[in-house]
Amino acid sequence: MLEIRFHGRGGQGAVTSAELIAIAAINKGNFAQAFPSFGPERRGAPVVAFCRVDSQKINIRAKVYSPNVVIVLDPGLLELLDPTEGMSEGGILILNTKKQPQEIAIAAGKPIKLATVDANKIAIEELGRPIVNTTMLGGFVRATGLLGIEDIKEPLLERFGKKLGERNLKAMERAFNEVSIV
Amino acid sequence: MARTRKGIEVSIAMADAVAQADVDVIAAYPITPQTHIVEHLSEIVAEGHLDAEYVPVESEHSAMSVCCGSSAVGARTFTSTSSQGLALMSEIFTIAAAMRLPMVMALANRSLSSPLSIWNDHSDVMSVRDAGWLHVFVENGQECYDNVFCGFRISEDPEVMVPLAVNLDGFILTHMIEPVIYEDDETIKKYLPPFKMKNALHPDNPVSMGCFGMPEIYTETQMSREQGVQNSYPTIVKAWKEWGDLTGRYYHPVETYKADDAEYCIVTMGSYGETAMEVVDTLRKEGEKVGVVKIRLWRPFPFEDFRRAALGKKSLIVIDRAISFGGPGGPVASELRSALYGRQGAPVIVNYIAGLAGRDVSRNDFRNIILEGKAKAAKGDTDGFTLYGLRG
Repeated sequence: MLEIRFHGRGGQGAVTSAELIAIAAINKGNFAQAFPSFGPERRGAPVVAFCRVDSQKINIRAKVYSPNVVIVLDPGLLELLDPTEGMSEGGILILNTKKQPQEIAIAAGKPIKLATVDANKIAIEELGRPIVNTTMLGGFVRATGLLGIEDIKEPLLERFGKKLGERNLKAMERAFNEVSIV
Repeated sequence: MARTRKGIEVSIAMADAVAQADVDVIAAYPITPQTHIVEHLSEIVAEGHLDAEYVPVESEHSAMSVCCGSSAVGARTFTSTSSQGLALMSEIFTIAAAMRLPMVMALANRSLSSPLSIWNDHSDVMSVRDAGWLHVFVENGQECYDNVFCGFRISEDPEVMVPLAVNLDGFILTHMIEPVIYEDDETIKKYLPPFKMKNALHPDNPVSMGCFGMPEIYTETQMSREQGVQNSYPTIVKAWKEWGDLTGRYYHPVETYKADDAEYCIVTMGSYGETAMEVVDTLRKEGEKVGVVKIRLWRPFPFEDFRRAALGKKSLIVIDRAISFGGPGGPVASELRSALYGRQGAPVIVNYIAGLAGRDVSRNDFRNIILEGKAKAAKGDTDGFTLYGLRG
């Protein structure tokens, strides 16, 4: 079972990212869960969302405590929290940042894989706004190999409609190509 | 609609089930605490996909009043609420049962104020435990979807005529995206006949409902209610069996997991059941002879089914999600102690209360509860209850 934790801010679409992964996985015949850290929605406040994917039925009704993958949508959150909390060896941390993986102190010395992508830049260029939730999925696909871009395409177009969906798809593809992984 | 498997939010799947059940009237008060269930239904009706009256009332009290009126004329009736909404509804909630008005409620279980909270526990449903409704608990999205159809089938059966609540854990289920299989419309049609209410309100055939009752008659009306709830049991079992025959998904008043050869069991109600199974799998590998007993039907309480599952075990560790203040502990544990009192081979009961107002109960917490509970049972430390995770 793969357990994923998203860190974002209210309004950045962390929950939507989790949903798109879950729906793509379910459409391929897998089992998945996507859920927010339950509570009132507060725009701008740090939020957490979770996703689980497995080939078998998932029987856990609790938060994710030991994520295999952590995705951070907002670079500013790195000053507020430790995204590697609960991660163990072989985990993958995917950050939205201008920096290269070697410049990231937070993962230094930890036995985890680090992936960075300047998702803000991509999102502004492709979507006109720094809403990076779908862009970061490109980094996720490349870093984990769990799903293909094609798998996320269908739920993405369904969620955003053809016009906006295709722009999000392009942003996702760019992140897939531009992500740096060590 | 053809049979499909979807990744979908459980609330949306439940609303789609209500639409597939071809309801006639939905009445709801659209403010927190509410869920996407009635929000999505309002869209379905507004977009013309469902020929139903959607009544956005001015309060939850009115929502249940509209439901009573619509059920009384023989309309298939649905509503959904939670916590404070249920509390405001409670006067008419009882009347719906007393007047034997069939309907289905999705009760997204959330804690009662104060302090103000929107998160999950069972304090809302336990506050109306004795109102005379039928109560079913579900543990995942598929069970939510399925039990909408089973719920209407049971509630509207001429042998039953009692309103039914499908209890689903707020947030834990209502806000979860997971796979749900939608059955095709033909299957639903085959399973769920149109609602035909005997003695429905109609100008051509006047009847009185909700009359004044003198002491000479009140006792008899209450016995009639009691019998109505008790007599629903065979219909419930039959409705679940037929649903299983059609879809392959069977439901039972009490369900067990790895319990046959277990020395002791954890007892759950609602979405706890799934995590409990997962943790029992791990403990089994470590040699613990532990199983799970899950209470699906809360009213009428399935005493015989429960005793069959429980008698002969050394201990039961019961995990509740509500407190009965000043009482014997959690409502489920209290019920189970009554069911077993004086029976030969009765296990001892250790009661934990956890997960109040959405405090997460992880796999590790379940493990602690099971192992600590087993030790308490062995020591005879079985009085009262333990509030798990209470900070000092």
